[in-house]
Amino acid sequence: MSNFNKMIKNRHPYMFIAPAVLLLTVFSLIPILIAFVISFTDLNLKGLADWSSITFIGVENYKDLFSDNTFIKSVFNTAFYVVIGVPLVIFFSLSIALMLNYGTSKLFTVFRAVYYMPSITNIIAVAVIWGYLYNTEYGLFNYLLSLLTVDNIPWLEEPTIAKLSLILLAVWKGIGINMIIFLAALQGIPRSYYEAAEMDGANRLQVLFNVTLPLLRYATFFVTITTLIGWMQFFEEPFVMTDGGPLDGTISIALFIYKEGFQFSEFGYAAAGSFILFAMIIIVTMIQFKLRKSDTEY
Amino acid sequence: MAIKKKSKAGNYLVITLMLLGGIAVSIPFIWMISSSFKPESEVLAIPPTIFPENPTLDNYINLFTNMNFTVYLRNTLIIVFFSFIGLLFNAMAGYGFAKYEFKGREKVFYLVLATMMIPGQVTMIPVYLLLNEMGLTNTMTGIILPGLAVAFSIFLFRQFMTTIPNDLIEAARLDGAGEFYIFFRLVMPIAKPIFAVQGILTFIAGWNSFLWPLIIANDESLYTLSVGLSLLQGQYANNFALQMAGAAFMVVPIIIIFSFFQKYIVEGFTMSGIK
Repeated sequence: MSNFNKMIKNRHPYMFIAPAVLLLTVFSLIPILIAFVISFTDLNLKGLADWSSITFIGVENYKDLFSDNTFIKSVFNTAFYVVIGVPLVIFFSLSIALMLNYGTSKLFTVFRAVYYMPSITNIIAVAVIWGYLYNTEYGLFNYLLSLLTVDNIPWLEEPTIAKLSLILLAVWKGIGINMIIFLAALQGIPRSYYEAAEMDGANRLQVLFNVTLPLLRYATFFVTITTLIGWMQFFEEPFVMTDGGPLDGTISIALFIYKEGFQFSEFGYAAAGSFILFAMIIIVTMIQFKLRKSDTEY
Repeated sequence: MAIKKKSKAGNYLVITLMLLGGIAVSIPFIWMISSSFKPESEVLAIPPTIFPENPTLDNYINLFTNMNFTVYLRNTLIIVFFSFIGLLFNAMAGYGFAKYEFKGREKVFYLVLATMMIPGQVTMIPVYLLLNEMGLTNTMTGIILPGLAVAFSIFLFRQFMTTIPNDLIEAARLDGAGEFYIFFRLVMPIAKPIFAVQGILTFIAGWNSFLWPLIIANDESLYTLSVGLSLLQGQYANNFALQMAGAAFMVVPIIIIFSFFQKYIVEGFTMSGIK
């Protein structure tokens, strides 16, 4: 009884956290367990209607994935996206942040908004607009190139070019948020550091490389980790622009999982794929943290 | 900025680069707006016209007369409304974690953080199966529920609310204020900056929501603007003018809202201590 009274008396913290925590439990924590269990079964549309037809097949799904050509292709494509896209996003968002941090006039505020705009633009609107720009016959890009007497480029019809086209639009869309993070970090650097460097007679490039960039180490690390995790789950761009084609040339791991799950209703197989992706993300993130440790030691 | 002596030449170089980059980044937007006012024949003209020669509003009118954009808009606004209720839940949870001592606080908070690490693809299928068991597929509830609680938002609210002085809350308690009164009347006004950031981000996310409505909704009467726009793209594959009008209808409101509130977003990131 006294315990019960105590709970009534201390009920407030639980009342505050309950709605959000309950929702997270039902729609995030429990689903992880479910996903893990079904990744060892052959659950599909038939199993959904009749639970007794579901059988445990052990690690069969995981084994099958590694001999599935589409899956292997999706792993290769995802690596292609990450290796080219992530450095580009970091380079552009850092450069733009440095430029925007250069002045404080109204002009710079306006451009901050301009560079941020793509990242808040709806993905379907992006697909519609870029689909038009990339159109082989009527698109603006090919028209501009034709002025330079360059032949029509099949932006989305050839596997390698299509991958690069998707990277271009994902970089365009990905700059905004990272630029803001860099900008916030730049504004947090105390003036006195620059004044000291100036007194020592450092020129602007020296200040950039010896004061600013080292002080952005934490922001760079944060941006690298989040961008890397984001790009490993590269999904929306191929989903809305190419649906993984041509010839699975743009399919990513995340898109592979989505298609297996929601187009072919192979829920067990898709869940196994999602855990492989999860494992890859954890490994890459851990490598990042390791590299950072050895970096700060000296 | 900090370096006082800036050469004029350097200044001009930065501004020129910024201008060129800015134009390059805006090309898709400019092209979208311009094409949305062109008649159907003009969008396919070669060479393309930069400004519409015969500007028309037909494309926009078409969205509402021939397509169901009124329905899509209504559904999208319903989602936005409920995501603000979700925002309130997140704020309450952030406050609970920040300002109360209770059993298991750390453990539960770590669980909340752990959900941020899980890629969306892992939970997508089980959540669909769960909603299917509850009979919530093809309902508005099914579209709204899974997205209400956002771990990252709880985390940011907690970070901000930890900085509110305990004495202030204690003083209010001594004056006899109830816990919920304190939250709504004292804490929420103090936490206005973080509410501003989260409010904008919540609006943008709700307005743009696409994948989950696409998975859950079978009936067109439940489609959101993005799902409707992708339907339009499929149905009118070669009517680029209509497509651009649909895209502009989605993008322009967001840009207007953002340009009014952008300073809060930058401040919000500075506040959250990412340096």
